[in-house]
This record gives sequence, structure tokens and C-alpha cells, in this order.
Amino acid sequence: MSDSALAPTARHVLPTLGPGARRLVLLVALALGWELYARWLGNSLLLPTFLETLAALWENLRNGELPERVRASLAILLSGYAIGIVLAALLTALAVLNRWGESLLGLLTAMFNPLPAIALLPVALLWFGIGGSSLIFVTVHSVLWPLALACHAGFRAVPATLRMAGRNIGLTGPAYIVHLLIPAALPSILSGLRLGWAFAWRTLIAAEMVFGASASEGGLGWFIFTNRSQLETANVFAGLLTVILIGLAVETFVFATLNRFTVQRWGQEA
Amino acid sequence: MGWSPERDAPAAAVPPLSVERVTLRYHTDAGVVTAVEDVSFTIAAGERLALLGPSGCGKSTLLRAVGGFLKPSSGEIRLRGVPVRTPGPDRMVVFQEFDQLLPWRTVAGNIAFALRRARRLGRAEADARAREWAGRVGLGAFADAYPHTLSGGMKQRAAIARAFAVQPDILLMDEPFAALDALSRRRMQDELLNLCEETGATCLFVTHAIDEAIHVGTRILVLTPHPGRVGAEYRVSDDARERGSAAFGALETEIQQRIFGTLASRPASGREGRAAHAPDAQVIAHVG
Repeated sequence: MSDSALAPTARHVLPTLGPGARRLVLLVALALGWELYARWLGNSLLLPTFLETLAALWENLRNGELPERVRASLAILLSGYAIGIVLAALLTALAVLNRWGESLLGLLTAMFNPLPAIALLPVALLWFGIGGSSLIFVTVHSVLWPLALACHAGFRAVPATLRMAGRNIGLTGPAYIVHLLIPAALPSILSGLRLGWAFAWRTLIAAEMVFGASASEGGLGWFIFTNRSQLETANVFAGLLTVILIGLAVETFVFATLNRFTVQRWGQEA
Repeated sequence: MGWSPERDAPAAAVPPLSVERVTLRYHTDAGVVTAVEDVSFTIAAGERLALLGPSGCGKSTLLRAVGGFLKPSSGEIRLRGVPVRTPGPDRMVVFQEFDQLLPWRTVAGNIAFALRRARRLGRAEADARAREWAGRVGLGAFADAYPHTLSGGMKQRAAIARAFAVQPDILLMDEPFAALDALSRRRMQDELLNLCEETGATCLFVTHAIDEAIHVGTRILVLTPHPGRVGAEYRVSDDARERGSAAFGALETEIQQRIFGTLASRPASGREGRAAHAPDAQVIAHVG
């Protein structure tokens, strides 16, 4: 809606394409750039070509290594993400319900949001030992604070008139939160979920690299790390590509769809 | 409680709304501000009281107190004899702002949701009622439209439909047409008047426009500012309601003089002054 109104002159220079098609064209161009540069460089130890990477990706998908790594990473990611959402919901509910809760949320997010999740890994290792629990712990940390912050900001931004209209028709307590605050704050909540997802993904891959070394069942990060030490650079890039593809898929299929059926349809998007 | 437009007659003489010596104060960074001081009035069933005054006279604050959104510092607001403590659907409010509809529900959805929450109607009945009301305010074709696709006037119609559909004891209108263009405002005033007359609804209508107060109200309460006090009270005769009639013009002039006179001589005689009687306007009280 927004870009169709913009810059009519620019349309004559570039062909008119839908956003999806535009994306595809750009992806192909980027891949082509990669392929050409890698060929010109001619050092597959430093930078394998795009086609070499695709071949490595295919090989690792076929022999079952990559799917297993992806499964391990996603299992941890989803549990960490889910726990993070529940905790963020509790914290925000507390902050909405009373002033002490609000101060607590403000203080905790100010303290922990800037703290990199990876910095907590040594503590996680002490507390939970080596294994999935430690990874889940740091993932939760990376989701919780940005999400709670976004939800709370969303609740606070609900217009006073809308709040009064809700109380006027008799919404109180939990019904007020469920039927008024949450849908009204949905744009912020969705962008918080998006942000949380990206943070969780990043943190997890990094954490797996740091201590996947002794984990019996490593995830994608561990796959990337071991292949680097074996100088299987094409595999390293195949691993990175997988991380990117999963992120892209979740963004387009999950979040964009969620957005389209909710805030876009309701005109709540800025 | 049936669904007939005329609600069951209230217990004998208990007025739908009584405001007794209400003072409203609120705290700001600069200190305590008295918005309304010692205001009393009652509204009888089927009456439409227009609270008229310049900005700063506390009329919206007073309406919000009646709505239960803030507590009086002293005095009491009673709805059918019961003190008002919290907001509730027995006093449906139409706000001035356009963002009073739930953006994630359609026009019919907004009305139906209010009916389900406030009147505990089933889904099917609420939806049927909602569509009927959307039609009554001229939004029949837009019943399934989301609020962001509507114009300001249409949003206000939807909010008015929602308020009427719930059939509250009293309708509270907080300058619902103030943000509309002049043409829409006139049409909406006429339509609101028709709805009120058809349903016999009891209304408290806040406005700063004298013509709107005369056209919509059956009685007008003029508030003087800083702090808001009752300056005068007028009953609007049926022939004065007609825009452009002699009676309308006379009452308008009378109130205008009253407001400006009051402003000029306020500290000494703000609550004392007697306004001259306009030929066709019946001044029923000067509160002193």
C-alpha cells in the first residue's frame, strides 16, 4: 500500500514487479555476484563458489547430517523461544497490573537487555552443565528481554480513548487484557516476537559453536564449527546458508503471514 | 429487561441520573486543579441534557465522572439512585476521538462485541442486532468493514450505533461531532436527534457549540469556566429546536450573551447574574 504511492518516476527505470518477485531477482543477483567473485578469487579454502556451496548443501542434506543438525538446533530454539514468550508474558502482565511490576520490568530489562547472551554461557555451564539446558537458558535470555520490552511498550501505547471504550462496555481484569490490551498492542507484540526470534537464532548458533565441542549431539553451530576445523569450507558455507534459509523461511511464511492476517488487515500498522 | 426500545419504567421518581454537589479535582505537576465545583443537576427519563460551555469549564471531565472514569472529590453521582463507582455499559459513552472503535473488529463486530459483553447476548443474536443497528445509522453496506477503512463521520456513526444498541440507562456523548466537518456535523446532529426521539433515549450531551446544544438538547446547562460551575439552565421548546427559526435564533443570542457576560464579569458575579429573558426562550433557573 505504501510503496505503490511512492515515486512514480522510479517505476519507469525498473520493471514493475511484485515484492516477492523483486526479492527473487535480488537473491539471484546476489548469488551471481557471489559465484563470480569466488571464481575470480579461485581459492575455495577461503571462499567456495555458490555452486560448490549448493553441492555441499545437497550432499549434507542427502547423507542426513544437516537435517539432524537442524533438528537438534530447532528443538532447542523452539523450547527456548516458547519459555521466553511465557516468561515475557508473565513479566509484562505483572507490569500492566501494578506499579512495582512495572518498575521491576523496567529495571530488569535495563540490566539484562544489553548483556550478551553468550556472556552468560559460563554461568549456564556452571548451573546446568553441558547440554541442551544451558543452550536453552541462553536462548531464553536472548528472547525474554527484547520481547518483554516490546510488549510493555505496546501496552503503554494503547490510546486512552480505546482503553475507556473497553472499560465502558464492561471489560475488566483478564477479559480487559485479552480482549483489549493484547489485540491493541499486537503490532508491538508481533515485532517483539520477530526480534526475539532473530536474537534467539543468533544466540543459539553462537552458543553451539562455543561449547558444542563436548556435546554429543551438536546443532547447526557445531556443524559449522567442526567443518571449519576440518577446513571443509564449502560445508561451513552450507551451514551458514542453512541458517539464513531457515531465518528467511520463518520470516516470510510465519511472521509475514501473521502480519497480513492481523495488523495489516486491521490497519494497525504504522 | 426486554429489548423493546422503551425500557421498563423506572421506579417512580428516581431520575436516571442525579449529580449532587459534585466537585472534581485532579492532580497535575503544577498542583491541584479544580475542574468542576459544586455542580448539581438531574436528568429525567427521555430528557437530553446538553452541557454547554467554553473549553476549560470541565464539561468533559464531568461527563467522564458520570462515566465512572474518575471519582468526585466530593458530592455524589447516582444512576437510578445507585452511586456510580466504576465504568459500565449502563452508561454508554460516545467519545470525540475517532479511535474509540476496536480496530480489529468490523463495524458489526464492534457493536456485536459490546452486546455480548454488556448484555450477555449470544453470538447469533448479537450479530443480528449489530447489523440492524449498523443499518439504522446508515452503515448497512459497511457492516463488515474494518474501522480504518471508514471516514471520521462513519466511525462516529458506528460508535453511536454501538452505544444505542446496548440500550444503556443513559447515553453519554462527549462532543461526538467536534472533529467532523461542518456539513457532516449538521447531518449527524439531525440523525442523532431522530434516533433519540425514536428510542426515547436519555442523554447527557457535552458540547461547546451553542447551536448544537439547542438543536440536540431538550434542556441546556451552561457551565462557566475555571472552575466549572452551573451558570444558567434553559429548557428548549420544540419550536426553538428548528434550526433557523426565530425561537432558535433568540435562544442562541440569549445564551451567547449569557456566556460572554459571565466571562466578563465572572469573579464578582459569576454565580449571581440574571440573564434577560429572550422572548421565546424559557429560562427555568439561574443557579445561584
